[in-house]
Amino acid sequence: MSSESNAGNARPGRTVTIDPVTRLEGHAKITLHLDNEGRVADARFHITEFRGFEKFCEGRPLWEMPGITARICGICPVSHLLASAKAGDRILAVAIPRSAEKLRRLMNLGQILQSHALSFFHLSAPDLLLGMDSDPASRNVFGLMNAEPELARSGIRLRQFGQEIIEALGGNKIHPSWAVPGGVREPLNSEAGERLKARLPEALETVNGALDLFRKIASRFEEEANALGDFPSLFMGLVAEDGSWEHYDGKIRFVDADGTVVGDGLDPGDYRSFIGEATENWSYLKFPYYKPRGYPDGIYRVGPLARLNICERMGTPRADEAWAEFRKNGGGRPVSSSFHYHHARLVEMLAAVERIGILLDDPELVSEPFRAEAGINRLTGVGVSEAPRGTLFHDYTVDRHGILQKVNLIIATGQNNLAMNRTVLQAAQHYIRGSTIPEGLLNRIEAGVRAFDPCLSCSTHAFGQMPMRVALFGPEGERLDERTRD
Amino acid sequence: MAVNTFTLNGELVSASPGATVLEAARENGVEIPTLCELEGLSNIGACRLCLVEIAGSPRLQPACVTATTEGMEVRTDSERLRQYRRMILELLFAERNHVCPVCVANGHCELQSRAIDNGMEFVRFPYQHPDLPVDITHARFGIDHNRCILCTRCVRVCDEIEGAHTWDVAGRGTGSRVITDLNQPWGDATTCTTCGKCVEACPTGAIFRKGSSAGEMEHQRDRIRFIADARSKREWTP
Ligand code: SF4
Ligand code: FES
Repeated sequence: MSSESNAGNARPGRTVTIDPVTRLEGHAKITLHLDNEGRVADARFHITEFRGFEKFCEGRPLWEMPGITARICGICPVSHLLASAKAGDRILAVAIPRSAEKLRRLMNLGQILQSHALSFFHLSAPDLLLGMDSDPASRNVFGLMNAEPELARSGIRLRQFGQEIIEALGGNKIHPSWAVPGGVREPLNSEAGERLKARLPEALETVNGALDLFRKIASRFEEEANALGDFPSLFMGLVAEDGSWEHYDGKIRFVDADGTVVGDGLDPGDYRSFIGEATENWSYLKFPYYKPRGYPDGIYRVGPLARLNICERMGTPRADEAWAEFRKNGGGRPVSSSFHYHHARLVEMLAAVERIGILLDDPELVSEPFRAEAGINRLTGVGVSEAPRGTLFHDYTVDRHGILQKVNLIIATGQNNLAMNRTVLQAAQHYIRGSTIPEGLLNRIEAGVRAFDPCLSCSTHAFGQMPMRVALFGPEGERLDERTRD
Repeated sequence: MAVNTFTLNGELVSASPGATVLEAARENGVEIPTLCELEGLSNIGACRLCLVEIAGSPRLQPACVTATTEGMEVRTDSERLRQYRRMILELLFAERNHVCPVCVANGHCELQSRAIDNGMEFVRFPYQHPDLPVDITHARFGIDHNRCILCTRCVRVCDEIEGAHTWDVAGRGTGSRVITDLNQPWGDATTCTTCGKCVEACPTGAIFRKGSSAGEMEHQRDRIRFIADARSKREWTP
């Protein structure tokens, strides 16, 4: 695990230490710190979950890594599976069969679709449609079911469609070990392919309907859009060679808040030359930053918003239109409010549906071979993929037989860590007047953090609200107020 | 030919002389769970999963190495036996690092199947979490000691069928380990003929074909019996 200390980042005031005894299991813990003028000077979103995956992968054979790492996250196993298999491809030093690449792409699109559908219809739509101050007891997918039954139902079906793609390829398992170093284990059988094709029109209709709806309600959320993580930052992600949207391969691009490309054509394998990883003693999650700008100025965002901000087009007709409309939010510059992650997800769902259609018609999808065989030809390999939540890196070092010696993972939520903290800070600055925590702040923080769709167990309760504890500290470190909800 | 007549689970059955309780039970359609036993190899009674009750004997006896005798009364299933079997399985799971979901033999593992068949729902003993190596120095195969249950099938198949005796056991107690040659990396074991019989014989994912990912390692365990029958009975078709 690489961990660079951030000695240069001197924060004034008290050091907050995470006390594992008092921490509430599954609660998002947030501390806010006032300065002498009574303004919120610092906000920290503490991640106290530690799973130590990198450590216990060491000693395992390379070929087992996709299966092992797919278990890191129950929400996006496919992303880890692909990044891991790709790191394996690099170590075998093979170009995988074209069919295998297309099959992997198909699975990733299924993953993006199902994950975004979950995020939008199950987790965010209740906030957006029922209002952020509506009764928390019904501000969930069940409440949505009552208010907008058609929407809720079609959203659930859209998610199922994405999951069906994953299952059709990887088998009926939650954690498929289907992608392997060198390719994939099985192709798509033609029967499943036909079944999936038949579901495309409905999927398209659902996404279009959701986009229409979003257009209608977006204006209601102007205050939130301005107070929810609207700050300048860099954006990072993969782009295709021709500058279009990419989710599986390609090169890394960094764009700044003005839309200037500050880093382009970067090889993901060299990520260490442009991404630094800082650590803070109050969070187990590392804080990646863009190296040339230093820490924490090198703050960057990844995920749907970033991917749409860095690319020049989506590459499919309907999504291209939706993308152009989305980019208008930025008025010629990248779209900066984290609130627009929601909109970005919808555009990506549209792109995913279109691309799935193209892939399902591709005869190469079923042409053998599907797996390249090779031994250990390199001792290091970096695999990268665009997970629904952003760019994911798997960096492996093996011995000459293929036993893992070192593993470093850079996950999307980690890369959004700085931005999530900034979002919480911004919400706090906007809503806190004086030394108490107003009622509505927790909802805003929740919505702000959820916009990133972070894959933290505490933030992904599909039903009901995010359990949260927010504490407000004065300039001397005295506790002024605290609000907890379960 | 004279036969032994004895009682199996309350029913009178017969067995050819010299047959073990396990063989006689199988002949009569009675299943006894086993792990270290593999048809075609000698039996050593290592795992104790096949324990049965024999009237008049205060101790439980392993069916795979207990000969049938005239008039004996055998019980292959009782609450006591089920408890012991579960305990044996739990001890096997606690002793090393068996992580089924990411194991190459997931879904094709005898240890896993026995645990399921015998209703092992949890492990009451503290996991030992030993720090054990994986050896993939061999060109085609690998051995993961985390998943080895020391059944010695690999040792026996290599010695008795292949005649190479590459495998053996070193150390004592929980420190025991299967080794290749004189405890050299498998890739350096000059006696290994790369026949792959140990790969087919292994009940778990401990010995595997290199390149296998989770759940991908299927064994053809009946090949061992086929080879043994071909040799001893001149039966050339499986
Ligand atoms: S490696 Fe397999 S066959 Fe050999 S003793 Fe261990 S479990 Fe048994
Ligand atoms: S099968 Fe009889 S002791 Fe193992």
